[in-house]
Amino acid sequence: MTVRDIISILNAEIIAGEDCCEQEIKTACGSDMMSDVLAYVKEQSVLLTGLINPQVVRTADMMDMICIIFVRGKMPEAGIIELATERGIALLRTNLGMFEACGLLYTNGLSGGVINE
Amino acid sequence: MSSSISLHFDVSGDDFTRAGEASTQVKKTLKKIGYDSDAIRRVAIAMYEGEINMVIHAGGGTADVEIYPDRVDIVLTDEGPGIEDVEKAMTAGFSTAPDNVRSLGFGAGMGLPNIEKYTDSMRIETEIGVGTKMFLSVNAGGSNS
Ligand SMILES: Nc1ncnc2c1ncn2[C@@H]1O[C@H](COP(=O)(O)OP(=O)(O)O)[C@@H](O)[C@H]1O
Ligand SMILES: [Mg+2]
Repeated sequence: MTVRDIISILNAEIIAGEDCCEQEIKTACGSDMMSDVLAYVKEQSVLLTGLINPQVVRTADMMDMICIIFVRGKMPEAGIIELATERGIALLRTNLGMFEACGLLYTNGLSGGVINE
Repeated sequence: MSSSISLHFDVSGDDFTRAGEASTQVKKTLKKIGYDSDAIRRVAIAMYEGEINMVIHAGGGTADVEIYPDRVDIVLTDEGPGIEDVEKAMTAGFSTAPDNVRSLGFGAGMGLPNIEKYTDSMRIETEIGVGTKMFLSVNAGGSNS
């Protein structure tokens, strides 16, 4: 699926990175602990999180992820949007909670990706 | 790349939101010179965790990075409280981070284990009340992960 498909599946709003809409997404991960994201993720390209701070963008950037989805309707502030834009990372926001958002993407074909142990 | 590239960074302890800026710069530099992409990822993650540690546990510090054709050396130096029991600190899940750090997505006690996992060598010199020095090295073209 593409970022555009994710937007429609999660009824999400795109906050940054409109130019990423056609990018292909195969894997995702959901977490509020950034060290866990850094520890267990390999080729995942989407991060779903309820956490809102610049370290979320930095973590995604370190992992070469291309899209962050903020769950439960949380709205990142300008500094975070700016950081993401600078890194070429798309930001989405959905009113769904973490469990539902992950469940919907999983059901629609996204996987958790390869775990790097 | 016939010789090495040296980079130096001051990591401010005052601003958690900027923690990771040095790691980003290193990542950018490595990308620009076309470095081995697996090594770039491992350098970025290990240095990022180390940088976060200097900010949340030691009031900031400095980072010195030396890029060689076949490996990247990183030295993180701080004048923080030091680590009492390094072996214990290396245990997955061990953390002395306050709750406010946890609410920022760090402080799960996975930083040092992550650093160990992604580097080819890791050495810690630390003295209580004096500070901590971490020596990290990541080989390029190898297969650590
Ligand atoms: N630079 C440092 N200075 C002082 N203490 C540190 C430093 N880095 C790590 N520590 C100690 O080691 C513990 C474990 O570190 P880490 O595995 O990164 O977990 P976390 O940062 O989530 O607490 C920290 O909680 C802290 O007590
Ligand atoms: Mg840490």
